[in-house]
Amino acid sequence: MKEGYELIYQKPSTLLPRRMHYCPGCLHSTLHKLIMEVVEEMGIKEKTIGVSPVGCSVFAYDYMDVDMQQAAHGRAAALATAIKRMHPDKYVFSYQGDGDLAAIGTAETIHACNRGENFTFFFVNNGIYGMTGGQMAPTTLEGQKTSTSPYGRDPKKVGQPLKMAEMVSQLAGVAYSERLSLNTPGNVRKGKKAIRKAFEMQQQGLGTTFLEFASNCPSGWKCSPVESLGWIEKQMSPYFPLGVFKDVTTGVEKCSCADKQAK
Amino acid sequence: MAAKGFVEISVEGCKGCGLCVHYCPVKCLDLNMADTNSYGLHYAFLKEPDKCIGCANCGVICPDAAITVYRKKN
Repeated sequence: MKEGYELIYQKPSTLLPRRMHYCPGCLHSTLHKLIMEVVEEMGIKEKTIGVSPVGCSVFAYDYMDVDMQQAAHGRAAALATAIKRMHPDKYVFSYQGDGDLAAIGTAETIHACNRGENFTFFFVNNGIYGMTGGQMAPTTLEGQKTSTSPYGRDPKKVGQPLKMAEMVSQLAGVAYSERLSLNTPGNVRKGKKAIRKAFEMQQQGLGTTFLEFASNCPSGWKCSPVESLGWIEKQMSPYFPLGVFKDVTTGVEKCSCADKQAK
Repeated sequence: MAAKGFVEISVEGCKGCGLCVHYCPVKCLDLNMADTNSYGLHYAFLKEPDKCIGCANCGVICPDAAITVYRKKN
């Protein structure tokens, strides 16, 4: 380090010094880093238990230096429920992708939210099944080409993409539901604040906290990492708007999908 | 005038995604197209150290936490 300079940003100590297996530019890595930064700042490394899913982020336990458990496909919410009930004083989070949380694990997710289980969901929504080769997911956008929808997603056959953050914000047990993105440095900083807020609300025992992250998949979308971040902004944001859908601490309760259905 | 900040980029930690290059407000970073790391990836490097303002945008956006940022003390 040069003389006269101070350190202002470095890799968090809670992130293990291993090379992550994610593709270049994948926002899974960014979210791992952010969660671990918050854990480091709050000094809760020994009090945090995570649940990793099946999907690209199945090896999250190899990178995060906190206690982790790996759940069966889609059952991370059920496992996190059990862990939180056994250890109510610990900070518990489940880290899930869209195939895990919004497809095979929809029932577990919705019922855990409805019961108001006091843990945090980190939901990474990249609109595609990344690990298995870019198949169509429940969150794939209308007209988006994937390996199982080569002519684009047809809503007449398979329905509209699921808006999970709006959906769970309708449930009484949910204390905080927000959709964020990590596609610009500014959004990454906002994401970190939201993660910290979710952990603090968990400490107060307010209910389920649900954070959805509009994420990217450069390999599945077949574009460069920089282009994929622009794609989030242009293509995903209109259908998956960023913002807070429910927050019991400030009294915010809004849902864009409910407005649509009412019409 | 000395630079306000400087960054250290881990050559082996970098995957060459180019997000830091894209989001650098003063464009002082670039991918090293003349060399690769042991994974065969063109890594990012501080091309114009005099321009760096130590804003930490590159460190914040770097998915692999390969960038350490320093800023000049006032």
